[in-house]
Amino acid sequence: MPAVYIVADNIYSPIGTTTTQNFERVKQGISGIKKHNDPALSDESVHVSLFNYNESEDNKEFINSKFERLLVSSIKDVLAIADIDATDEKTILIVSSAKGNISLLETDPAAPDLKDRIALHTSAKKVAVHFGFVNQPLVVSNACISGIMAILTGARLLQSGQYENAVVVGADVISRFVLSGFQSFQAISSEPCKPFDENRTGITLGEGAATMILSTNAKYAGKIKVLGGAVSNDANHISAPSRTGKELSDAIERTLSMAGLVPDDIDLISAHGTATSYNDEMEAKAIALAGLSIVPTNSLKGYYGHTLGAAGLIESIISIQSLKQNVILPTLGFEKIGVSSPVNVCTALTPKRLKTCLKTASGFGGCNAAVVFSK
Amino acid sequence: MYINNNITSYCTISKNVIYKNEVPVFEDRGADVPSFLLSAYQFLEVTYPKFYKMDNLSKLGWLAAEVLLRGTDIKSYAPEQVGLILTNANASLDSDLKYMESVNDIPSPALFVYTLPNIVTGEICIRNNFKGEDAFFIFEKFDAAFIETYVNNLLNNGILEACICGWVDVLGDDYKAVLFLVEKEEKANSVQFSKKNLNNIFDNLIIDKI
Repeated sequence: MPAVYIVADNIYSPIGTTTTQNFERVKQGISGIKKHNDPALSDESVHVSLFNYNESEDNKEFINSKFERLLVSSIKDVLAIADIDATDEKTILIVSSAKGNISLLETDPAAPDLKDRIALHTSAKKVAVHFGFVNQPLVVSNACISGIMAILTGARLLQSGQYENAVVVGADVISRFVLSGFQSFQAISSEPCKPFDENRTGITLGEGAATMILSTNAKYAGKIKVLGGAVSNDANHISAPSRTGKELSDAIERTLSMAGLVPDDIDLISAHGTATSYNDEMEAKAIALAGLSIVPTNSLKGYYGHTLGAAGLIESIISIQSLKQNVILPTLGFEKIGVSSPVNVCTALTPKRLKTCLKTASGFGGCNAAVVFSK
Repeated sequence: MYINNNITSYCTISKNVIYKNEVPVFEDRGADVPSFLLSAYQFLEVTYPKFYKMDNLSKLGWLAAEVLLRGTDIKSYAPEQVGLILTNANASLDSDLKYMESVNDIPSPALFVYTLPNIVTGEICIRNNFKGEDAFFIFEKFDAAFIETYVNNLLNNGILEACICGWVDVLGDDYKAVLFLVEKEEKANSVQFSKKNLNNIFDNLIIDKI
């Protein structure tokens, strides 16, 4: 099968509007997470990573939808730096989101076309038309693994020869709908999240968007590649992760085998690391089962919060920058290990020759995903 | 390499009738959506208490999967060999609206957990111990060409040995589920896994027959 190259990428987040800006600021330890006292968002004050600048200036066409503005802003930046033609029939747009335009239920509940405006395929089509994509866009909505799944879907569609380029974009917006739901689960941390830490008390949410352009065109040889990936289901519980981590571990093992790699080949793991008690414990077990306990591992949730359908893309793109710059990022918020299986959690900015990175995620519905990127 | 895969079973639930391989097996005309889903569950004569706490989307998909898989050899596969590729138009909006109603009072975690389309996938996986690849895609309309290409890719590249795929959508009084079991091996009465056959089954050509 042909190799899948990562041609260009963008992160459009509360931390910055380009991948370079995001990576530099994350390296400086800057986080988008702040305490917010906004009654429209939450009755109590809450830590969230929210846009604190006007992300709407030049997207008047999308005035009613912050979600669509985020998609457009992220895609616009990446199309400007990549020599990929959105209007080429060999190019497909793939959109990843958990909740899309759901905040319209709060801001515009009486709109007559509410159902159509909230439908993810409506947003995807509007964005596709805006940039002139000629193929029907594809929409992935599979909880918190959506971003990784969108990358894998893109890679597969390219390898099957159906398309040559895929513009994979993900975004989610944090509003009362999502925040109140996680609060109702008692899953929101009262302070910025502490992935894998013994004193972790839950998730911090965040909003953002990211785009990755994939291509099988041989002219990109030398760029970082998507070597493979896999998805599994726990078949255990719709909102709690597996007790054993076996199913995530299976997805990791299948990913390595597909990529022709062994555990020793992995230089860095970008974990899901949501900082809930159950997720981090399950992930630690899965990492140990897959024979990856000694591999430097980080979670980027301390910088971005959990960005839901954008998380897989944002965190993959940051990890790809780590490969390019040969530097491992620390896990912001982590102090002392608080999981029962050993995980080599990165605590400092560490220069190291890096070739290959594994990215994992898990989500509601019992889903797990893994993908591996390599130089 | 092109390999022919097969639709070895299919189930449609639409307009208060359940069809298995073109044959109507249950109907409860006139019932509203929750009553219909409950009477369909009772008709199946299984004991599965989790059913009662599911939202309408999960109940619909779960029922369609139950009917789809009856009488098949699905248990002959290892858990990680079976996966689900599901699609719909309205994601979880039916439950999103119900959850939103609770937000201004006391936000309900029992409703919130169903505000993702892939929870129905999780419910079917829990019921049948399916641990293979799953994915949920959102389309304005059923896209048989995409299903054909994507599922063939999963089967022909050894990612799955059997795949349950199709459409499960609910919004208010409108609902429709059409699930297909796709396997590599030809079985008695199986039909070729093709865009044309997917569309024919989806478009209720069967409903015209009764």
